[in-house]
Amino acid sequence: MRPSCNPSKFVGDKIKKLPPSGIRRFFDLVTELDDVVSLGVGEPDFATPWHIREMCIHSLEKGQTAYTSNYGLPELRDVLSRTYYNRYGLDYNPASEILVTTGVSEALDLAIRATVNPGEEVVVAQPSYVAYLPAVLLAGGVPVPVSASAETEFKLTPEALEPALSEKTKAIVLNYPNNPTGAIMGRKDLEAIADLVIEHDLIVISDEVYECLTYEGKHVPTASLEGLKERTLMLNGFSKAYAMTGLRLGFAMGPSEIIHAMMLIHQYTMLCAPVTAQIGAVEALRNGKEEMERMVRAYDRRRHFIMKGFDKIGLECFTPKGAFYTFPYIGAYGLSSSEFAEKLLNEKKVAAIPGDAFGEAGEGFLRCAYAASLEDLRKALERIGEFVDGL
Amino acid sequence: MDEKIKQILEILEENAKASPEEISALTGMSVQEVSQTISKLEKSGIIRHYKAIVDWDLVGENYVYAVIGLKVTLERNLGYQAIAEKIYKYPEVRSVRLLSGDHDISLTVRGRSMKDVAFFVAEKIATLDQVQGTCTHFVLKTYKEDGVILHEPETFERLPISL
Ligand SMILES: Cc1ncc(COP(=O)(O)O)c(C=O)c1O
Repeated sequence: MRPSCNPSKFVGDKIKKLPPSGIRRFFDLVTELDDVVSLGVGEPDFATPWHIREMCIHSLEKGQTAYTSNYGLPELRDVLSRTYYNRYGLDYNPASEILVTTGVSEALDLAIRATVNPGEEVVVAQPSYVAYLPAVLLAGGVPVPVSASAETEFKLTPEALEPALSEKTKAIVLNYPNNPTGAIMGRKDLEAIADLVIEHDLIVISDEVYECLTYEGKHVPTASLEGLKERTLMLNGFSKAYAMTGLRLGFAMGPSEIIHAMMLIHQYTMLCAPVTAQIGAVEALRNGKEEMERMVRAYDRRRHFIMKGFDKIGLECFTPKGAFYTFPYIGAYGLSSSEFAEKLLNEKKVAAIPGDAFGEAGEGFLRCAYAASLEDLRKALERIGEFVDGL
Repeated sequence: MDEKIKQILEILEENAKASPEEISALTGMSVQEVSQTISKLEKSGIIRHYKAIVDWDLVGENYVYAVIGLKVTLERNLGYQAIAEKIYKYPEVRSVRLLSGDHDISLTVRGRSMKDVAFFVAEKIATLDQVQGTCTHFVLKTYKEDGVILHEPETFERLPISL
């Protein structure tokens, strides 16, 4: 008889070293319980607007199911280029400076793999979306978390950034409007870190997937700052603004040299982004403004609603300016974020994400998404109120 | 348009019963500010009316609806407005619209039976001097009324947790 073996030994070292997802256990708990109100969902509760779905269906009926250019449908790159020129005066050449990807997720991976050499450091402002650190680790880079803390409205300041920079720093990852805090960075805030970025000769990987979900003030793309366009990769997508999460479509815009480098990886690993979603995206950009703005207004109502609810309960919470997350401070109750979240789930059946899932800087906070119906928000607030009263 | 006003109108268009307190919670405006804005919107006629959308079938009141297209001739001193006024005074008439295309005016009529509606059209509408012809379409089923879908809305599953 041949000897048996344990297949886990085949898993590569890099993967073994990846930090496990902090919420796996939590996820299992949620699925076991009935009647859970979830504020833990990081995607729109709207279906993709009908005119976009209809265009996707129509393209399937016509048999548009072939590969597209590695860079993405020329038509989509054209309309993307025009959109960003019209919105911000940003000029990206559709032939060479735009790459259509399978979500921001892929764009992020490509951006890091195309730029970071093994051992080089990538600064990540935290609390942050969970994919940044693993993406850096998988590329052999060294993630360097810096904290963008509640005291500075979760914005990254030069004071926090400077000490984290070293000879080896190659890039910095920004995400504003931010998941999980809802913070945004205005022009002045970005201006304040721009000098450091240039002085240390860094690339900025700017995940602006929540761009359109900005409720106070106007979104400022990092690339629109003087001197930053040629060193910024702007990552964005259709998941949040057009409620297209499952259709998997994003894009990167930046200097042609780096976009080309990203395309080289993309052509061997992905070939092209899904064509049906690309066709939907063209429709979204051409005719989707009104529906998108309607959804944004609905999120904004919920934002007011949940903040008012926290205020009544007495939960301290930074007023989010974008995305669809609130990040209340729960550190005053003598429980860690994870303890708080788990107890809240078990006792009151409200699911929210412990803040430390987004990095150490998130400890003491809870991420409550308001991409949920008013009915659910009302229920959740009532239960959270009872919960903290009992602590 | 002022974003706040748009928000109030959108909330009320969806739910005319939303109270100033509720609207305040959804917009961040004070209750007083909401009330004042709403009265202004009512006075200026931007908000025309509040009403319920009733499913009469469910209480056994079986109404029959028909969409009726009219061809009309205009007489001197008597424009479309005057014809519309003659028609909309009947309570049976639920809506009156001026159209482009094949017909000039379209109305919806509600009655107790098809016969009821047919007689109303024959006696009251077709006999008007300006009306050249009518074309009656009975409504078999209403799927959506004034932006409200009258059956189960579409649903889709999301993961209970995602980061
Ligand atoms: C900050 C941030 N970036 C990227 C993503 C992933 O986006 P996509 O669906 O385009 O891959 C998310 C999804 O939650 C996110 O919150």
